[in-house]
Amino acid sequence: MYKNNIIEIKNLDKYYGKLHVLKNISFCVKKQEVVVIIGASGSGKSTLLRCINFLEFAQKGTISIDEKIIKTKATDLHKVRQEVGMVFQHFNLFPHFTALGNIIEGPVQVKKISKTKAILRAEQLLEQIGLVNKRDNYPSALSGGEKQRVAIARALAMDPKIMLFDEPTSSLDPELVGEVLSVMKDLAKKGMTMIVVTHEMGFAREVADRVIYMDEGRIVEEGDPEKIYQSPENERTKAFLSQIL
Amino acid sequence: MIDLPWNFAAIPQYFLRFFPAALMTLQITALGIFVGLGLGFVAGMMRLSTYKLISLPSHFYIWVIRGTPLLLQLFIIYYGLAVIVSIPRLPAAVIALGIHNGAYIAEIFRGAVQSIERGQREAALSLGMTSWQSMKRIILPQAFRRAIPPLGNQFIIALKDSSLASTIAVRELLLRTRQVGSSQFMMMEMLIIAAVYYLMLTSVLTLITNRIEKNLSKSDRRN
Repeated sequence: MYKNNIIEIKNLDKYYGKLHVLKNISFCVKKQEVVVIIGASGSGKSTLLRCINFLEFAQKGTISIDEKIIKTKATDLHKVRQEVGMVFQHFNLFPHFTALGNIIEGPVQVKKISKTKAILRAEQLLEQIGLVNKRDNYPSALSGGEKQRVAIARALAMDPKIMLFDEPTSSLDPELVGEVLSVMKDLAKKGMTMIVVTHEMGFAREVADRVIYMDEGRIVEEGDPEKIYQSPENERTKAFLSQIL
Repeated sequence: MIDLPWNFAAIPQYFLRFFPAALMTLQITALGIFVGLGLGFVAGMMRLSTYKLISLPSHFYIWVIRGTPLLLQLFIIYYGLAVIVSIPRLPAAVIALGIHNGAYIAEIFRGAVQSIERGQREAALSLGMTSWQSMKRIILPQAFRRAIPPLGNQFIIALKDSSLASTIAVRELLLRTRQVGSSQFMMMEMLIIAAVYYLMLTSVLTLITNRIEKNLSKSDRRN
C-alpha cells in the first residue's frame, strides 16, 4: 500500500447475472488527484464509480479508501459514504426540499450539525456555485445547470474527501454545460480529489491529472490527458476518440 | 304529467331525521379508515422488506383480504368469532372495515414507495444516510404525496362500503333507510334521501383530498 493513495482498487470483478461488467479492475487515486474516466456506454465506467461509493457491490476484489480496506458486509457503509460525495447524471435533487434544504439535509441529518451552522455553510456553498438568489427555490424551479450545481453543493456540504461525478453534464442542454464544468474546475483547483466520468474533452485536458479509458469492463489505457488524446496507443482508444472528437 | 307512484313531496320532512344515521356512517368510516391507515402502513412497509419472514405475512394478509368479500369478513368477525368473543356491533363493523381497507391501503403505500425514482434513495445514501433515514426523510414524504389521490379514492370506497354494517344492525344510513322506508311505506323516497346523504359525504371527502393534494404540491409549482 502506497502512501497518499486515497483510493486503491485491486482486482475488482463485477457481474450482473452472467454479464461480466467489470473485469479485473485495478487502479489508485492519489490525494488531490483528478482522474477522468472515458469510454463508450456499457464499458462499465459508471458501474465502477458506483462501486467506489458502494451503491453497487463487486463480487471480487478490494476497494480501500483512506488506506482502509472496506469490507462491504462488516462495515457501516453509510459512514464510508459520508466521506465520498457523489454527483449523478440526473441530479437526483430532493424535490420536496428547496435548494438550501437539499444542501443542509446531509449535515443536519447525518452529521447532526445544528441547523443554524448548516445554513451558514450552505450559504457559503451557494455563493461558491453562484446561486445565492436561488436559495429558496424548489428544484422544479431550477434549470438543469442550476440543479446540477446545487447537487454538487449538496455533496460538498458533507465535506467529503473524494468527489465522484457520474456524467454530470450528459443530461444538460449544451449551453448549460459550461456553468457546471466551471464549478468543477474551481473545485479541482481547490485541491479536491475527484473521479469524473465524462465525455467533456476540454475539461479532461484542462483539469485531469490522468485519463483512464475503459472498454468492455477493462481499463484499456491510462495516462496523462495529452498523451491519451494526442497519441493513444491502443486501437480501441483510437477508434473511440475518433468517434467523439 | 305522468302520475308517479311515489310521494317525493314527503322527502324534505324526513330528510333531517336521517342525520344521526349519517353521523353513524361517518363515524364507522372515519374509524375504519383510521385503523386501515395504520394496518396499511405497517403491511405496506412489511411487503417492501427484502426479508421473506417479514414480507410473507403481509403478502398473505393482502391475498386473503382482497380475495374475499367484505361482507364475509364482517360476518366472520361478528358471527364467526362470537363463540370466543362477542364483539359489539359498532366495533365489529369498524374492525372489519379497517382490516379490509388496510389491505388495499398497504398496496397503495407500496406502490407509492416503489414509484419514487431509485436515484432518490441513491442520492440519500451517497450523503451517508442509513437506509432508514433515507426512507424517513426522502422516500416517504414523497410517497405520501403520491399516495393521496389513490387514498382519497379508497376512502370513498370505504364510505360506501360502510353500508354493509347495516347487515349486522349498526344504525347507520342504510339500515335507517330500510326501517323508515318500510314502516312508512315510502321505500323509494327514503332510498333517495340516503343517496343524497351518501353523495354529500363522498363529495366532502373528495373536496378534502383535493385540498390536501393541492397544499402538498406546493414544491411542484415554479416560484
